[in-house]
Amino acid sequence: MSIDQSTAAKVAKLARIKVEDDALPALADEFNTILGFIEQLNEVDVEGVEPMTSVTPQRLKRREDVVNDGNQQPKVLANAPDAREGFFAVPKVME
Amino acid sequence: MTDLNKLGLAEARDLLRKGETTSVELTQSCLTAIDAAGALNAFVHKTPELALERAKAADERLKGDNAPAMCGLPIGIKDLFCTKGVDTQAGSRILEGFKPEYESTVSQNLIDNGAVMLGKLNMDEFAMGSSNETSIYGNAVSPWRRGNDDAELTPGGSSGGSAAAVAADLCLAATGTDTGGSIRQPAAFTGTVGIKPTYGRCSRWGTVAFASSLDQAGPMTKSVRDAAIMLEAMCGHDAKDSTSADLAVPNFEAMLTGDIKGKKIGIPKEYCMDGMPGEIEQLWADGTAMLKAAGAEIVDISLPHTKYALPAYYVIAPAEASSNLARYDGVRYGHRATLEAGDGITEMYEKTRAEGFGHEVQRRVMIGTYVLSAGFYDAYYNRARRVRTLIKKDFEDVFAAGVDAILTPATPSAAFGLGEMTDADPVKMYLNDVFTVTVNLAGLPGIAVPTGLDAQGLPLGLQLIGKPWEEGDLLNTAYALETAAGFVAKPGKWW
Repeated sequence: MSIDQSTAAKVAKLARIKVEDDALPALADEFNTILGFIEQLNEVDVEGVEPMTSVTPQRLKRREDVVNDGNQQPKVLANAPDAREGFFAVPKVME
Repeated sequence: MTDLNKLGLAEARDLLRKGETTSVELTQSCLTAIDAAGALNAFVHKTPELALERAKAADERLKGDNAPAMCGLPIGIKDLFCTKGVDTQAGSRILEGFKPEYESTVSQNLIDNGAVMLGKLNMDEFAMGSSNETSIYGNAVSPWRRGNDDAELTPGGSSGGSAAAVAADLCLAATGTDTGGSIRQPAAFTGTVGIKPTYGRCSRWGTVAFASSLDQAGPMTKSVRDAAIMLEAMCGHDAKDSTSADLAVPNFEAMLTGDIKGKKIGIPKEYCMDGMPGEIEQLWADGTAMLKAAGAEIVDISLPHTKYALPAYYVIAPAEASSNLARYDGVRYGHRATLEAGDGITEMYEKTRAEGFGHEVQRRVMIGTYVLSAGFYDAYYNRARRVRTLIKKDFEDVFAAGVDAILTPATPSAAFGLGEMTDADPVKMYLNDVFTVTVNLAGLPGIAVPTGLDAQGLPLGLQLIGKPWEEGDLLNTAYALETAAGFVAKPGKWW
């Protein structure tokens, strides 16, 4: 599989990373180098093999479904680039 | 006493217990060494006041009978660990100015054990790199040099600052993290010891996430004994990390008997790579002979899917990274791009992430996005996870056949020069992790032990891989190797 410039642009868009048009050819080349390396995986017979979900065979612990945290609005907002009146502020989302 | 910073954890602990030094003296000695080592660019956020405050508190605790194991011992913390009120950037511009309101479980465990944090250590951005050259802080520099050549060498990566700081005696030990080899490769490059424990031994809570199914924290130290002491202090069950193992933590130091008689050590034939330098082959053969002389039984083994570990890793790790790094959106913390009139929220995300992430991070996030995207998920991501199952099974089969530990080289070469790999394609840099990445994929414990020097006087290390949860046994085998190798070389001070 080979990645062209329009695919590279689409991937950048999906990843929400702005890539200038003139940087797309080099990016597509890099993707192709890495994907070429990954293609080796096609040599492996994986018929009937389960995809790994957890590397250690353990059951996830369960806990009571209760509120155990909260009431720390100032701490939550302390590192925000733009916080106003107790909220995160972002550019207008709706027209 | 002079040069207290040159001590290891065990020696310093014993001096503290005998009242022959104080934590304040140890801490001062390290702070002085750090201030004189700007050329290494290892410590990127220094916390001298906090360190002295904790050192004084430790000296008080040491007067009682119940001072914990690491009480008063000054260490460095990799920038990946959230430290309350102290800059935590994961080596990235996108976390510029981020001061966590909380402490990671690993660093909190160390605080509870009395350890004294000297500051935060340089690393590759989001732990993505093998040379510490992707850091927003600039390169960390190895204290080691090739003979009289003054070319700057990499301390390895991603825990490059940790390795440089420990090797140059700027601290007694440091924390590292390892997703594909980021503790063991820098340890091997700098003549230090680094252990990645079994996945789930150390809580990942509060550690900036790269690839959650692979990430593990571990100690980087001057000796195997120090690694045992510090690992015990770092790990343990944590309800805040659902993958943290609810298992008792043994007294690892007490397991260092040095007796490995009758232990079965596997030598995997697939780790003999084409083009491997003769010195690495020789080192491996020497290490094998040392373990045999110590009474171990050497057996040839096969791990047939080894070749596919790196390509599987370069699907799984970027996929998880693309998901984990989605949180850096310029809303809740860190950097936000300056916007132009009319820019909406999508432009804010795109510009913020383009400015905030460096080149390697962007590349991996986008590769991860691609392998997870509709139409490719099965072909790439699910296939890689199937191969991962096979890689883990390779190890399970070998352990089931009675092998206690596996000996391999830690790296395919000695440390390379900073900038030497700049023009290479990314895959060439990825090959640095060829011997270490299998261990992360299988969730096993692995340790790098300095074993020799190359012809240019640079350190080389071997890796031992152990069974899940058997870090104590693994550390003991490493201790036997360390004792036999008798590695004592230190870098000459030029900085």
